[in-house]
Amino acid sequence: MTATAPAQAPAPGDKAPADERLLKTSLLRRLLGRPELGSVVGAVAVFLFFAIVADSFLRASSFGTVLYAASVIGIMAVPVALLMIGGEFDLSAGVLVTSSALVSSMFSYQLTANIWVGVLVSLLVTLAIGVFNGVMLTRTKLPSFIITLGTFLMLTGLNLGLTKMISGTVSTKSIADMEGFESAKALFASQVTIGGVNLKITVLWWLALVAVATWILLRTRAGNWIFAVGGETEAARAVGVPVNKTRIGLYMGVGLGAWISGQHLLFSFDVVQSGEGVGNELIYIIAAVIGGCLITGGYGSAIGSAVGAFIFGMTSKGIVYAEWDPDWFKFFLGAMLLLATLLNAWVRKRAEATR
Amino acid sequence: MTAPLVELRDVSKFYGNIKALEGVSLEVHAGQISCVLGDNGAGKSTLIKIIAGLHQHDAGTFSIEGGETRLANPRDALDRGIATVYQDLAVVPLMPVWRNFFLGSEPTKGAGPFKRLDVDLMRRTTRSELLRMGIDLRDVDQPIGTLSGGERQCVAIARAVYFGAKVLVLDEPTAALGVKQSGVVLKYVAAARDAGLGVVLITHNPHHAYLVGDRFVLLKRGAMSGSHARDEITLDELTREMAGGSELDQLTHELER
Repeated sequence: MTATAPAQAPAPGDKAPADERLLKTSLLRRLLGRPELGSVVGAVAVFLFFAIVADSFLRASSFGTVLYAASVIGIMAVPVALLMIGGEFDLSAGVLVTSSALVSSMFSYQLTANIWVGVLVSLLVTLAIGVFNGVMLTRTKLPSFIITLGTFLMLTGLNLGLTKMISGTVSTKSIADMEGFESAKALFASQVTIGGVNLKITVLWWLALVAVATWILLRTRAGNWIFAVGGETEAARAVGVPVNKTRIGLYMGVGLGAWISGQHLLFSFDVVQSGEGVGNELIYIIAAVIGGCLITGGYGSAIGSAVGAFIFGMTSKGIVYAEWDPDWFKFFLGAMLLLATLLNAWVRKRAEATR
Repeated sequence: MTAPLVELRDVSKFYGNIKALEGVSLEVHAGQISCVLGDNGAGKSTLIKIIAGLHQHDAGTFSIEGGETRLANPRDALDRGIATVYQDLAVVPLMPVWRNFFLGSEPTKGAGPFKRLDVDLMRRTTRSELLRMGIDLRDVDQPIGTLSGGERQCVAIARAVYFGAKVLVLDEPTAALGVKQSGVVLKYVAAARDAGLGVVLITHNPHHAYLVGDRFVLLKRGAMSGSHARDEITLDELTREMAGGSELDQLTHELER
């Protein structure tokens, strides 16, 4: 479409495609503008700290352990970060992981079906719960905090109640000898050796999720919509962004993450404790916030959530390697959250001021 | 004479038992600016929401290019060529200018899972389109929140023009701006008109309206209190009518010393 709006004569020399004034934006300043910068600085600090105080922290095997701890949180932190950029919370994310494992295990066990049937049913269930959260949110227009707090409590009860009703105890029966277990375990809970380091396969799932989420956020229409919906919902709606579909999609993303995490949980132990997962939803949110996601939405990155999860992994395992009482872990996590948020706020202010 | 781009005839809107708008008529022609004037609470925003497709009218007729219609949602309005630029929610402040420019209508390339934003095209187009409107941006990657209020309005207007809007609805584009910024925005409004668009300019400033307007509709307490073509009315009369004629006389009398 063309318009013949009379342009005011711009200053000479400005028609060149590369503006000479852009040179002023140095690489450093560009980096300062990235949402994950604060968390990277924090990650380096935490790494150096534990490298000094804990002798065994720098071993290759320790690195694998740290990465594993980070990946278990990181897999969920990615969709939770996307959701937060979209301006919403999901407090049911922690127990949804357990639900996913329980559904998969009990469906296969009770129907003596191939393990893969349970795995697929579990995927459908977690996605459906994501849709439920999203539709409730968009229909009722209540805060997502309330909606997902409700889902969180209901799922916690369902996990315990249904498991007890079906298995008679609070944990599921072992499915280790059932058909399809080995192949499913290979996909969700095996180990791979890369460069002499033993890595759990969750690390690969995690990295893949971060890559896909980054692609979606920065290079697709859906990513543009996520930022817009979280940043200024009404402006997004006014220019025709499908706000409700975007939100429902984000909750389905959390469902997908919970499915992967849940299957890992199931296949690494072959039984599932039905009370697990409570409290993890906050850790996912913490990882996303440490990684630079703005709690009010509209700003953040998937890579940042990965750095946040990595900080979590380093801290939780670093304390063990330093031979401290692990009870101190929560204190460190809390202090880190505050520091990271302050650092992020400061960095963002500076970045905006120096532009 | 061709049918007006948008024509409202005796349009009313009720919220429960509250009459938000009653019996309002408005015509928008290509290459003309129709101003809607009114004080706070006069029903200006309700009128906008009906034209923009956010609300449906309860009585009267709404025609686009002669055909009676009822808009389902803002997307529908956009598809019919009606673009609305809101005073406060025109843009997403934390997003870069180029992402804002194409928000909701992003061009893509590639297919299947590799379908992706045509970032190059988006950046280039944003830059060149803004330059045509006389806005010379240093960096289209800067968050749009770092631009001034006037510049943001202009980006939103440039966006509507680029996407082929036939009718541009502007909600108090100069309300929060200083004198100089207001002038800049009004210049772009005139530029959009010269490009052949029909413009609905909503304002409570008769001076701004009279500078660019071709016809004036005055709203008062949800009803239409006047409708004039430019050659039928002077700025003084417009200001007077807008301020409520006899009420202004009384105010003058009261304040006299």
